[in-house]
Amino acid sequence: MSFVEFLQQLINGLSLGSVYALIALGYTMVYGIIGLINFAHCDIYMVGAYIGFFAATSLGLPFVPTLILAMVGSAVVGVLVERVAYRPLRKASSISLLITAMGVSLLLENGFNAVFSSTPRSYPHNILQQKNITLGPVHTDSLHLIILGVSVLLMILLQFIIYRTRIGKAMRATSADKDAAALMGINVDWVISVTFAIGSALAGAAGVLVGILYSSIDPYMGIQPGIKAFTAAVFGGIGLIPGAFLGGLMLGVIETFVTAWYSPLAGAIGFIVLIAILIVKPSGLLGKKASEKV
Amino acid sequence: MANRRIMACVLSLALTASFAGCQQTNGSASSSAAAAGNAANTAASGDTIKIGFVTPLTGSTSSYGQSSQKGLQLLEEQVNKEGGINGKKIQIISVDSEGKAATAVTAGQKLINDDKVCAIVGPVLSGSSNALAPICQQYNIPMITGTGTNENITTAGDCIFRTCFTDPFQGKIMAKFATEKLKAKTAAILYDNGSDYSKGLAEAFKSAFTGKIVDTESYNSGDKDFNAQLTKIAPYNPDVLFLPEYYEDVAVIAKTARSVGIKATFIGGDGFDSPKLFSIGGDAVEGVYFSTHYSADDTSAEVSQFVKDYKAKYGGDPDAFAALTYDAGKVLVDSIKKAGSTDGTAIKTALKNYSGTVVCGKITFDKNRNAVKAAVIIKTENGKGKFFTKITV
Repeated sequence: MSFVEFLQQLINGLSLGSVYALIALGYTMVYGIIGLINFAHCDIYMVGAYIGFFAATSLGLPFVPTLILAMVGSAVVGVLVERVAYRPLRKASSISLLITAMGVSLLLENGFNAVFSSTPRSYPHNILQQKNITLGPVHTDSLHLIILGVSVLLMILLQFIIYRTRIGKAMRATSADKDAAALMGINVDWVISVTFAIGSALAGAAGVLVGILYSSIDPYMGIQPGIKAFTAAVFGGIGLIPGAFLGGLMLGVIETFVTAWYSPLAGAIGFIVLIAILIVKPSGLLGKKASEKV
Repeated sequence: MANRRIMACVLSLALTASFAGCQQTNGSASSSAAAAGNAANTAASGDTIKIGFVTPLTGSTSSYGQSSQKGLQLLEEQVNKEGGINGKKIQIISVDSEGKAATAVTAGQKLINDDKVCAIVGPVLSGSSNALAPICQQYNIPMITGTGTNENITTAGDCIFRTCFTDPFQGKIMAKFATEKLKAKTAAILYDNGSDYSKGLAEAFKSAFTGKIVDTESYNSGDKDFNAQLTKIAPYNPDVLFLPEYYEDVAVIAKTARSVGIKATFIGGDGFDSPKLFSIGGDAVEGVYFSTHYSADDTSAEVSQFVKDYKAKYGGDPDAFAALTYDAGKVLVDSIKKAGSTDGTAIKTALKNYSGTVVCGKITFDKNRNAVKAAVIIKTENGKGKFFTKITV
């Protein structure tokens, strides 16, 4: 592989990886705070894509308002799901929560299929000027760079929220110890809702970006990226936000290079990585071994 | 406590009721629950002959499904207007396969067991056809696909027929076209590892191409990101890039290929044949060549008449899927007429010996029940497909 090709594949990988990272953030934040793997998260990604689609076509909005509307819409759906499906089960066993999450996932997928049919829809062509860009010998296109850019921006925003605001402090506290946080006067319900809202907004943004990039959205589009993003979150260390960033980007790059080397392995590589990390370092790349204090 | 129990019971009943009501089909009515316990062949119940149709009305190949349905319904209307088959009207019962093989199988089983059809037209897709064929063979229900091109479909048994060419034929034609007309010396292939159609066609092209295949890459069905594979292909600078998949993927691949600097001419098979290719692919799919079964620009009498009738009913030109499914239906209807009964064995014998001229030309079946016909190459220009040349092998 020549250096130019290497660079090009690196850009591909980072771009793909940033989409995984955006989705993985939602998985990791929710797990960090209530210990639930939110299987419905990948469908929030799909919901965001559809909201963006309708914003762009029926309302004819340009890119930035579409993105914002989709993020807000996804946040609302995420919070709704939490209120209706997960909050009543807060005290129940984690199995019940898991099954409920799967139920919500099926509901969203099949609900959208029933209402919008599984025929893929396309975002309008002119929503984002797609220019082929040549940086020296490297060919890429403006959309990939925009995806990278928007993802990085959103992740920086997230870091700011988590580490520089009061609500962020409350989120970190709740994530460390829910009961202690409640004792300190933090409204845990509110913090959890905000967590879901932020995670869902990021997933919704990813949905819009991907919808524009691949010109096609359908009710089942979340399943594949969802599994990969979940893998990325585990790979980086589930429950840790930097883990989701790192895991997402690395998985994107690994997947791209493996596909370039031997493409029939493309689908399997995500799972191979998952199995490998669970065998070698189950707490993830950035995770610490959580020992039970007896 | 008692209230909770009652609520739980009521909700469970409501859930069960909604499952029962979920047996949706598209198209004409179905007679599921009320199916009289008629063990004998009730396909000709009263004065109608029921024919099933499995087609992807929704999903990523819905363009094919809806065109095919239009073609078949035009045939239904014409046949019934002329008095039906030996006095009995025909009824086409369509079921949506959603483009998935598993759904196609349940659709077929519903048609055979609930609607008691005497034969099935379709499925439209190769994957679905491969899945449904053994079932139709088992029940001795003739299945005639107008558009399933994968080689294996008709090997399921003597009930399975196809009125279009096969992928080996298509692959050979495109390979020949690439070398002779496009003067291509090198080619690269990007195929869908999860699709029977794509794999079969890629194989066929690979073995028939006399130039050098510089690279072969694959992706998984449902993948939307082709950057890695195309970035790998780009440095080889092939003359042509063969894309044996359906229009959705082709459009995205074409766009991505251009953005990574691939200058090759894109070529492919009948999977390209959809107006949606242009709405998704835009400029990237200008000047591509693909093989298909028919072109509305063809000047033969049968095509002109068909285009005229189709336009009168639907407005707009029929595409290959409409024409092929119309033909498949016509061959079936003529065979049922000849057989004089709706019995599976009688119909399949009549089909085997069929010889006639339909929209796409003269059709006879070879010993594997595949149709022997010509192919057409289309070139895309200004957002439409234009007839380029006809090839007979």
